[in-house]
Amino acid sequence: MTKGDVEFAKVSCAFAGGQVLLHEISLKLAGGTTTALLGRSGAGKTTLLRMVNGLVRPTSGCVLVDGVDVGSADVVELRRGIGYVIQETGLFPHMTVERNTGLSLELAGRSRSEIRARVTESLSLVGLDAAEFRERYPWQLSGGQRQRVGLARALASEPKALLMDEPFGALDPLTRAEMQAMLKNLLNRVGKTVVLVTHDLNEALYLADRMVFLDQGEVVADLGADKVSGSENAYVRDYVSAVHHGLIS
Amino acid sequence: MMSFLQANGWEIGRLTFEHLWLTMSAMLLAIGIGLPLGILLTRRQRFAGPVIGFANVVQTVPSLALFGLLLPVPWLGESAARLAIVALTGYALLPILRNTYAGIKSVDPTLTDVAHAMGMTGWQRLVKVELPIAASVILAGVRTATVTCVGVATIAAAIGAGGLGELIFRGVASVDNGLVLAGAIPAALLALCADAGLGLVERRLVVRQT
Repeated sequence: MTKGDVEFAKVSCAFAGGQVLLHEISLKLAGGTTTALLGRSGAGKTTLLRMVNGLVRPTSGCVLVDGVDVGSADVVELRRGIGYVIQETGLFPHMTVERNTGLSLELAGRSRSEIRARVTESLSLVGLDAAEFRERYPWQLSGGQRQRVGLARALASEPKALLMDEPFGALDPLTRAEMQAMLKNLLNRVGKTVVLVTHDLNEALYLADRMVFLDQGEVVADLGADKVSGSENAYVRDYVSAVHHGLIS
Repeated sequence: MMSFLQANGWEIGRLTFEHLWLTMSAMLLAIGIGLPLGILLTRRQRFAGPVIGFANVVQTVPSLALFGLLLPVPWLGESAARLAIVALTGYALLPILRNTYAGIKSVDPTLTDVAHAMGMTGWQRLVKVELPIAASVILAGVRTATVTCVGVATIAAAIGAGGLGELIFRGVASVDNGLVLAGAIPAALLALCADAGLGLVERRLVVRQT
């Protein structure tokens, strides 16, 4: 039984010009856990995330998903087993909510009735009533609803892992909080390996079991979410105090 | 007017049909070449500049000159209709090629990224994402090409390829405005109908983004 273990083994990534994005990152993410990647813009969080489904190739080292090297895996199969949720949602504007949500199943050649059933189930997981939303197009949805559909789409193929890149970054604080609560509740029920890229420390603390801080392409801190507030690590302390504008030390 | 139509009606009909045949053959050829070539250029971008540039040059050659230049070409020169169709294809190619390329290139990179991440193959990405989103832009190119083609096809009469241009040329030679109009009006109507019809389809294909 595959459980969605993700391992980065001395992963580096550099541009052709020599600029280093990631330097020898080694991390093991256990199946079913949620790991937040935090750090400044440009720290390499998104690049690291995109290596898990082979959208970015490491220049050295390798990424393993359930022990299989992403570089040598069948990339189409691999990607179909990994959900991908991004800030812009990336819903296809010419497809209804139903088609968007069931697309990965359509690609895998599942039957219409099976797709319909899975779509209904996935939409209800993210708190949307399929009967009401099925026929709508993305432009007929609010930002929060779109993000829910994006998440439902990622869940529809029952992936073992979810990659989330600033999934709620474009939402207002209230919708954002609703989405975070919905996601936390959902993850408790479905149990996936989640890699969450975020700038938002509170979001990370709320959702993740483990926090990995990246700076200039290196891991500068790697600790349990419950260890963040008392951490002696200088980077973590800076991060925390930046979030609280120095009001809490 | 009525007597003119009675005397020339059959011929106007025949020439309109010929005109349509020339235009539609050329359009089918141009779509058959332009669409796949445009798609190919989005995959092999370094060729996009030179190929679209070449199509641009073809477009700038005056139509009468293009017909004349192609006349000595073996096989092509043997049949006026054949030659006309090839020349018209040349004119229709640029708008189709350019719009196919631009339409696909303008698809939001986030969407192609998601298509990759969902495990779509190159073909699936093209058919399920890129073409449907670019469809209205591509059809706008087909529409421009069709209107151009209907117009330029009147010149094809100069090399004996027939079409409504025949009436216009004959009318000019014999200083007979009635004859000129008998060619020009149906040609203009054809262009307008094609424009309106394709415009209607184009609007239906527009994908609403927000």
